[in-house]
Amino acid sequence: MAYSEKLIEHFENPRNIGSMDKASSDVGTGLVGAPACGDVMKLQIKVNDEGIIEDAKFKTFGCGSAIASSSLVTEWVKGKTLDEAGEIKNTEIAQHLALPPVKIHCSVLAEDAIKAAISDYRTKAEEAGSGGDRELVSEQAAE
Amino acid sequence: MSATPNIKLPVYLDYQATTPMDPRALELMLPFFTETYGNPHSRSHSFGWEAEEAVEKARAQVASLIGAVPKEIVFTSGATESNNLALKGVSRFYKDRRDEIVTVVTEHKCVLDACRHLEQEEGMKVTYLPVETNGLLDLDKLRAAVNERTAIVSVMAVNNEIGVIQPMVEIGKICRENGAFFHTDAAQAAGKIELDVNAMNIDLMSISGHKLYGPKGIGALYVRRKPRVRLQAMINGGGQERGMRSGTLSPALCVGFGAACALCEAEMGKDNEHIRRLADRLHTGLTERLDDVVLNGDQDQRFPGNLNLSFSFVEGESLMMGMRDVAVSSGSACTSASLEPSYVLRALGVEEEMAHTSIRMGIGRMTTESEIDYVIETIVEHVNKLRAMSPLWEMAQDGIDLKSVEWSEH
Repeated sequence: MAYSEKLIEHFENPRNIGSMDKASSDVGTGLVGAPACGDVMKLQIKVNDEGIIEDAKFKTFGCGSAIASSSLVTEWVKGKTLDEAGEIKNTEIAQHLALPPVKIHCSVLAEDAIKAAISDYRTKAEEAGSGGDRELVSEQAAE
Repeated sequence: MSATPNIKLPVYLDYQATTPMDPRALELMLPFFTETYGNPHSRSHSFGWEAEEAVEKARAQVASLIGAVPKEIVFTSGATESNNLALKGVSRFYKDRRDEIVTVVTEHKCVLDACRHLEQEEGMKVTYLPVETNGLLDLDKLRAAVNERTAIVSVMAVNNEIGVIQPMVEIGKICRENGAFFHTDAAQAAGKIELDVNAMNIDLMSISGHKLYGPKGIGALYVRRKPRVRLQAMINGGGQERGMRSGTLSPALCVGFGAACALCEAEMGKDNEHIRRLADRLHTGLTERLDDVVLNGDQDQRFPGNLNLSFSFVEGESLMMGMRDVAVSSGSACTSASLEPSYVLRALGVEEEMAHTSIRMGIGRMTTESEIDYVIETIVEHVNKLRAMSPLWEMAQDGIDLKSVEWSEH
């Protein structure tokens, strides 16, 4: 299959591979896909007090297009607010990497991974808020 | 990566797809394009006679490789045509008396597709036998499926994806006892393992030129004469090839194919020793340095030149894409338009997630030890790199049972 230079470049030099502490309150984790389907993406975002994504990491099991798509979105989400990151569309990913038609699902998975990570972060933040330990959080922040 | 002296990149490790031509066979072909260009079917002049003589010599070389007599060899365009001619030719000729076909789910697409056609369009009843987890046929299941209505049993000798060798002698015996013809697709077997049509009771055999170091575009169908197997031809015309396959033969292709068969027959022992040594070196080299590598297909009943391995937690296409200087093939879905993982591996009961991680490596006459060493280094490097970015590898290292995870299927 003929792939674009951008895709190959991301595949060969993937950005932001790694993992962050899933339990940390400022980290949101998205795990999407299934081994039986041949692709699984784990995308993690670290969100600062201003609600800006300051770091992102990924690990992906999948074809070259899936790896390149994940690498690309870790670059794109950094510096964005949660709302901005949530607006990234799979079509933009597919277009940027010039994904062939049979690989479009890789970009869909990458979009799903961002949404899942954002949602995980927000769920954690809400639980922290309603759980009454907000004081603890602000105390820690004060330190 | 270490320096790589003495090898030309990329390394070709896809001998099941096709083999390079043996230069000795190629050399013998060339005059038939230019000087000896006669039509082998011309009976009235020396141009025709010379061409005919060359074609008949080639026919004898093909026959000799499988223990047949020359008159039993029909030249075709390749194994796909041979498989179609065997299945359709026999079915159409015998279907009033025998209207059943027995085959196996791991056959090549062209056998399965021809069977599907005969089933849907021509009223044949087809039984697709399953295989065991080692890829081999259960002979009791075959015995139960073959009966007095069975026209033809089609079982491939060596599987193209996993290299397992089916029990040919036993299958031939069961067919003969039931009066059913035994057809074997020997595209991957001829020239690689010992085949004897009489010892194995084979009635029809498909052979391909370009899988045994001969040219592409030619193959053969062996059709037994005693007891006689009759076929309805698919191509009508001048009645060449005893009426079973009309059309002018290409003497150049026949000569190259025949010479390649003769070389395989003469050098099979040497070839196999070489292939087995390199396959062992590759397999050992990989399993010593990487965990969770699984060989697909039976460990012993196999042609060693086909090494189909699953590298757990690494998707096959990404591995192939990483090692751009090594030409292999994958059972992963992502290499095909269908997005379904290999039906052969699925038939063995290999889980879908493992089927996605499989790579087929084909070793042959021209493969060298330095190439194998280069391939080991390359695969180890890329598997480690891809595992380092695999969330599944990370979870497995953390002791998480991947089967206990609720995945979002898509």
